[in-house]
Amino acid sequence: MKLYCLSGHPTLPCNVLKFKSTTIMLDCGLDTTAALYFLPLPLVHSPRLSKLPGWVSKDGAVNLEKKELLDLSTIDVILISNYHCMMALPYITEHTGFTGTVYATEPTLQIGRLLMEELVTFMERVPKAQAATCWKNKEIQRLLPGPLKDAVDVWSWRKCYSVQEVNSALSKVQLVGYSQKELFGAVQVTPLSSGYSLGSSNWIIQSHYEKVSYVSGSSLLTTHPQPMEQSSLKNSDVLILTGLTQIPTANPDGMLGEFCSNLAMTIRAGGNVLVPCYSSGVIYDLLECLYQFMDSANLGSTPFYFISPVANSSLEFSQIFAEWLCQNKQSKVYLPEPPFPHAELIQTNKLKHYPSIHGDFSSEFRQPCVVFTGHPSLRFGDVVHFMELWGKSSLNTIIFTEPDFSYLDALAPYQPLAMKCVYCPIDTRLNFHQVSKLLKDIQPLHVVCPEPYTQPPPAQPHRSDLMLELQPPPMAYRRCSVLGLPFRRRYERIHLLPELARSLVPSEIKAGVSVATVSAVLQSKDNKHVLQPVPKPAPVPPSKKRKRVTEEPPEVLNPKPLLSGAVPLEPFLAMLHKNGITEVKVEETADGHILHLQTEDVLIQLEEDATHIICDNNEPLRTALRDLVLRFLQKL
Amino acid sequence: MPDIKVTPLGAGQDVGRSCILVSIGGKNIMLDCGMHMGYNDDRRFPDFSYVTQNGRLTEFLDCVIISHFHLDHCGALPYMSEMVGYDGPIYMTHPTKAICPILLEDFRKITVDKKGETNFFTSQMIKDCMKKVVPLNLHQTVQVDEELEIKAYYAGHVLGAAMFQIKVGSESVVYTGDYNMTPDRHLGAAWIDKCRPDILISESTYATTIRDSKRCRERDFLKKVHETVERGGKVLIPVFALGRAQELCILLETFWERMNLKAPIYFSTGLTEKANHYYKLFITWTNQKIRKTFVQRNMFEFKHIKAFDRSYADNPGPMVVFATPGMLHAGQSLQIFKKWAGNEKNMLIMPGYCVQGTVGHKILNGQKKLEMEGRATVITGTLDVKLQVEYMSFSAHADAIGIMQLIRMAEPRNMLLVHGEAKKMEFLKDKIEQEVFVRCISCYMPANGETTTVVTNPSVPVDISLNLLKREMALGGPLPDAKRPRTMHGTLIMKDNSLRLVSPEQALKELGLSEHQLRFTCRVQLHDPHSDTDTLGRIYTHLKSVLKSYSIQHVPDGTVIVESIVIKVTSSAEEPNLKVILLSWSYQDEELGSFLSTLLKKGLPS
Repeated sequence: MKLYCLSGHPTLPCNVLKFKSTTIMLDCGLDTTAALYFLPLPLVHSPRLSKLPGWVSKDGAVNLEKKELLDLSTIDVILISNYHCMMALPYITEHTGFTGTVYATEPTLQIGRLLMEELVTFMERVPKAQAATCWKNKEIQRLLPGPLKDAVDVWSWRKCYSVQEVNSALSKVQLVGYSQKELFGAVQVTPLSSGYSLGSSNWIIQSHYEKVSYVSGSSLLTTHPQPMEQSSLKNSDVLILTGLTQIPTANPDGMLGEFCSNLAMTIRAGGNVLVPCYSSGVIYDLLECLYQFMDSANLGSTPFYFISPVANSSLEFSQIFAEWLCQNKQSKVYLPEPPFPHAELIQTNKLKHYPSIHGDFSSEFRQPCVVFTGHPSLRFGDVVHFMELWGKSSLNTIIFTEPDFSYLDALAPYQPLAMKCVYCPIDTRLNFHQVSKLLKDIQPLHVVCPEPYTQPPPAQPHRSDLMLELQPPPMAYRRCSVLGLPFRRRYERIHLLPELARSLVPSEIKAGVSVATVSAVLQSKDNKHVLQPVPKPAPVPPSKKRKRVTEEPPEVLNPKPLLSGAVPLEPFLAMLHKNGITEVKVEETADGHILHLQTEDVLIQLEEDATHIICDNNEPLRTALRDLVLRFLQKL
Repeated sequence: MPDIKVTPLGAGQDVGRSCILVSIGGKNIMLDCGMHMGYNDDRRFPDFSYVTQNGRLTEFLDCVIISHFHLDHCGALPYMSEMVGYDGPIYMTHPTKAICPILLEDFRKITVDKKGETNFFTSQMIKDCMKKVVPLNLHQTVQVDEELEIKAYYAGHVLGAAMFQIKVGSESVVYTGDYNMTPDRHLGAAWIDKCRPDILISESTYATTIRDSKRCRERDFLKKVHETVERGGKVLIPVFALGRAQELCILLETFWERMNLKAPIYFSTGLTEKANHYYKLFITWTNQKIRKTFVQRNMFEFKHIKAFDRSYADNPGPMVVFATPGMLHAGQSLQIFKKWAGNEKNMLIMPGYCVQGTVGHKILNGQKKLEMEGRATVITGTLDVKLQVEYMSFSAHADAIGIMQLIRMAEPRNMLLVHGEAKKMEFLKDKIEQEVFVRCISCYMPANGETTTVVTNPSVPVDISLNLLKREMALGGPLPDAKRPRTMHGTLIMKDNSLRLVSPEQALKELGLSEHQLRFTCRVQLHDPHSDTDTLGRIYTHLKSVLKSYSIQHVPDGTVIVESIVIKVTSSAEEPNLKVILLSWSYQDEELGSFLSTLLKKGLPS
């Protein structure tokens, strides 16, 4: 059993597990931080950006965390834990000869589709006249200026996929529900609620005797998704742990408070607030929080704008996944009311959504306002436009809530910037304190995690509380590691056919323990094993040469059982007596007794662990004695 | 011998008050808990005294499962849980959990407030009952306890309808509830995997019907409605608030839009809007087309269909009214019917099944005069039915073809029919038993209170030691010989409810037992005028020719070894030609040893 680690990024994992001749890919996150090396893609031509010194913007490239450690076409199954961790799916399913199945929950599929479509739209609506790739050549890259020269693995940067590729990739998804036991060959995979986002799941991968838990992006906070299911993770042999919080020092609740107060302050001063965010996830919680906050802060009339090609779909989809929501949202549907209050915000015109800044938005928008838009890297999407528009005024504020990108790097091309910048990263995923408590509860035998989790953050080397400390220590992996997972398989499941089971004769060896000898025919098919009764030999056809039949040596028949126990002297003598053998001379030896059956001239050596019958020329007597001895012994 | 017992308390050779008890692997499960629309007395509810004469049901039932929200499947639930007494889990899907209490409350109101019955469940009881409900998702495997697991499959029929697989060990039963195998305008088709249950309990409402194409029926329906409206008549369509109603609304809505019709369409009672809202929120349970387009256009936001007010019934001019309940047995649909029945310009379209005893059933049977009764009704006495009556089966049940399809999907060992009329069941039973399926199927159709017992033959799961399994698989070779199967030998250790199959050697070791060697030695005397060594050589050659498939070795120290049997030759100095052949074998080679001693006694071939 092996784990191939294709990504070293702790929150955008991509691992491949080989388990009982099944090759399972666990997530395929797309690391888009490489986009930070590029200039923003503006919606309208920006003289300022194009006059910036340095290199010119290239194709919308993204970094795909994968390496040819193994042949990706051999992958049987891809398990997706949440919609952020599936963004590289088209690269895997469309370009590697992949023929397997992708398992994901319905919200993961639907919202993942939205995020992919959004990414594609962002890229495609600002087409580049030419795409440059030659610079990726090492020789040329060496000559390039600035940080690009030092960027690693640029050859793995890929051009963004197309809508066709997204559709084709997603058509390979098979939907699963929480706690659904899905059999794949000899392996059973089960998604469990992970509490992080709509439809987010941890996965149990198990056979009858081995259990691997894959915990990725889990949350114990009560936000909108169904709470994390923990008890089913118990008794794991191996637990693969990824997707912990990226901001272990920030408390999401505190950040939310800061978010609201900064937002209120800016609006009161007549400025606008820009929130670069993903189109699904924390935005639902932000809207819900603001829904309550704005009225209490007397800012009820401030308009919210949500601008994204998928804004409407994201808001609509969030309302139809009641089964995947936390209890109190779920019970709203029974009334029936929409589970999220943003329905009311839309109804009362407080929240408006637009596919882009073009069209209705430009004529309808009022200031001061709050704008939610992507992409959080500030390199593409409508957010680029708002940066250009609002960056110059110190009245405005940009509030970063997504933790995926360094906000300083994101802002770099926009400097100098007059607008205020507030960094309130909200990452609801498990922190180290929560995870160590969780691991204490579920007690996995071994933990596998990305290397960064085994040491304090580089910036805070003294914070030994910001790392995993476990006994035995976790097995750490980095990109391109191949780990052998410590499994000691001892047993396999086999089925006894009812006819065979009925024919067994159990005997009690000691209190509570019985044994039965089983002679059967083994049938193995598709990793399933069945024991059938031994077929009765076909009756020997009546042979004319009957004499010859006796000459035939016995077939290699069922092996005889092993014997155990002892033959006690007195009862054995009594037994002989009962069977008409009376003249027995008993002689004591060092190890036992020798019985001399005088009439029959037979010697029987009785020892504690052995019986030896020496008998000439009297086959019937020998077999009779054999059976008498066997009566005292247990057969195994 | 393990068996599964199935006893319908309701819906046995009948439609109404579905309630089926299943005993499987020591677990007792109640499937559905419905009421009978055709009765107003004790027969309305299933006879729970079958389970226990006195006291509560909790200790007799491991769980209750409700397939969908129709009252003939859940109408007796508060009575069962609160009045008879049951505190265990009740499983149903989320939409069922959402809608079921509303219909129950509706039913209660009609029964208690309108008909003035007492000794009926109260609103509070409905609430208390719903607290015992555990909602589940499609395909989610719910572990009721350590052994019993249930799993829901999509059934179509109405929003949230599900089929249930009930499994204990390797024994399983599937209960379909009501289902349909063809997608309609708002729901998808039922689906199940090849789960090979021991029993498939299927509804059989349309056991003898093979319905014509859906398109034709829809066209027919629209034509009839259109004609009536054109000539100024009123159309009454009795429906249940949720289900068929939405399908027909979608149909009429698009038709009205296309034909630019002006006649008003009404939907009775405040339940409607709420009902449509449920459809919007549970859109994932509808069919693919609606799910795909819901962001752009929600099919359940109707432009032409408005809420009905009681006073509208007397308005002049054409109109179409959807009114509840669907079988004309009470409520608004019955009231409107009474008002409109006298005019031959009007039309009544019955889109669903009517249970015996209801007004709907009487009218469909061509009764032209109805005796009216009841406290709250305005008109009493005889009612002449002059309006046109059309029966159009839109209710989403599987027809004979659909039932066969489901059998092919699930591959059950046995079939058990419920929720249908005895005569029709008989017909379907014959058909199923004649049909050639992958597995031979016996079909049962027990009446209420009659128990069907099906013997199951579960295989016994055992843990086999990997060493033993690997050894056997290696010995068996890649292509085992089917004619001469290898026999494997192992020891089954039964301890603390665990069954483990290990090699005999391992069993000895594990149990702390030592092996007992049983050996036999046999001396055979033989005249052979050769030296001892030559005799041994002759024995070796002889055995080689007789025992073809055994391993035979001639060891230089003066022994021949056949498998583990040791053969030696000695002679005394006095009689060098009288050889004594010593054969020694262990119990494990008993057959061969015995054979050799007999063989050698016959002497060696010269």
